[in-house]
Amino acid sequence: MRESTIMKIHYATALAAVVLVAVHVLLRITMMSFTDSLQYEHVLANYKYIPYAAMLEVILILLSVHGFNGLRVILLELKQGKSYEKAVSYGCVAAMIGLVAYGSRTILLASMGVT
Amino acid sequence: MSELSQISDPSTQTSSTKTITLRIAKFNPEQDSEKQFVDFQVPYERWTTVLDAILDVKKHLDHSVAVRYSCRQASCGSCGMKINGRPRLACFTKISELESDVITVEPMSNYPIVRDLVVKLDQMFANHKKMQPFMIREDSEITAPTKEFNQTPEQLEEYIQFANCIKCGLCNSACPTMATDSSFLGPQALGQAYRYVADSRDKGKDSRLKIIDDSHGIWRCHFAGSCSQVCPKGVDPAMGIQLLRGYLLGFRK
Repeated sequence: MRESTIMKIHYATALAAVVLVAVHVLLRITMMSFTDSLQYEHVLANYKYIPYAAMLEVILILLSVHGFNGLRVILLELKQGKSYEKAVSYGCVAAMIGLVAYGSRTILLASMGVT
Repeated sequence: MSELSQISDPSTQTSSTKTITLRIAKFNPEQDSEKQFVDFQVPYERWTTVLDAILDVKKHLDHSVAVRYSCRQASCGSCGMKINGRPRLACFTKISELESDVITVEPMSNYPIVRDLVVKLDQMFANHKKMQPFMIREDSEITAPTKEFNQTPEQLEEYIQFANCIKCGLCNSACPTMATDSSFLGPQALGQAYRYVADSRDKGKDSRLKIIDDSHGIWRCHFAGSCSQVCPKGVDPAMGIQLLRGYLLGFRK
């Protein structure tokens, strides 16, 4: 993939994440007090409400893509070399997939009521 | 880094009432393990440049000081060095404007040192060449039917400041990305890429944009702006880089 395409994704995920995290935070503080929103039952209820769980899933994907690309960029600037750069790029993609898979599993299990 | 001796030449001091301590970094990669500073007492006048002072030292106090210079009028870009910690042209920096009794001169950062104040600029010129720094188009101003590629003042304004680059390398020396990423193209090359991309006579935009759209290309600039701060010719590579990004993101055509 061309670097400009990767960076377009990088910027777009940042903007989208800012919007969705703002929605997430606003919902936390407008529906009830912030402390109450962190109660075990309330957190579980969020996951059971499918549109909210879907939004959390999207936030997870956006932040993982943005974060791991940021990490890739930092690592590429720290050291150079063909094999190192390949390892960093594939490593970051693998770690990103791993994190999204693990997070999705958590969201899915919680939304199904498995705790 | 350690300090060596302090050397002064009494015969040269009689012509001027004012003197400064010129601290020169000495380093020979074939012999030395680290940079050493040697202090010299140098007389100066209001118009004395740092290059004049270094040449004074070279003439009267230490013939072995290695320095690269040529035009002495900020046109050739040979005498770039770090003066009191900031990349500058030695011929374009007057001692009086530095307002300091001690002037430290070191080789530019982010370049391999050849000796003392001389650095290897090969990588910068290689990156400059990569940008295809020439007009790309199939027809020519000199082939029949003879014609001129006219430009409006507005079209000229788009790129003219970037044509002032003298390839002194001060921008690359000031760039924080270049300090860690040895493969980064650098503000000099990217500024030159913009110079030709923005030229209405040029038809090589796509080819240049492809070259800079690399994992060590334009996207690695953090927009610190130090390149534009140190340019002795008033070129603004940081702005050129942002404008180039506009082409790649589709904001500019």
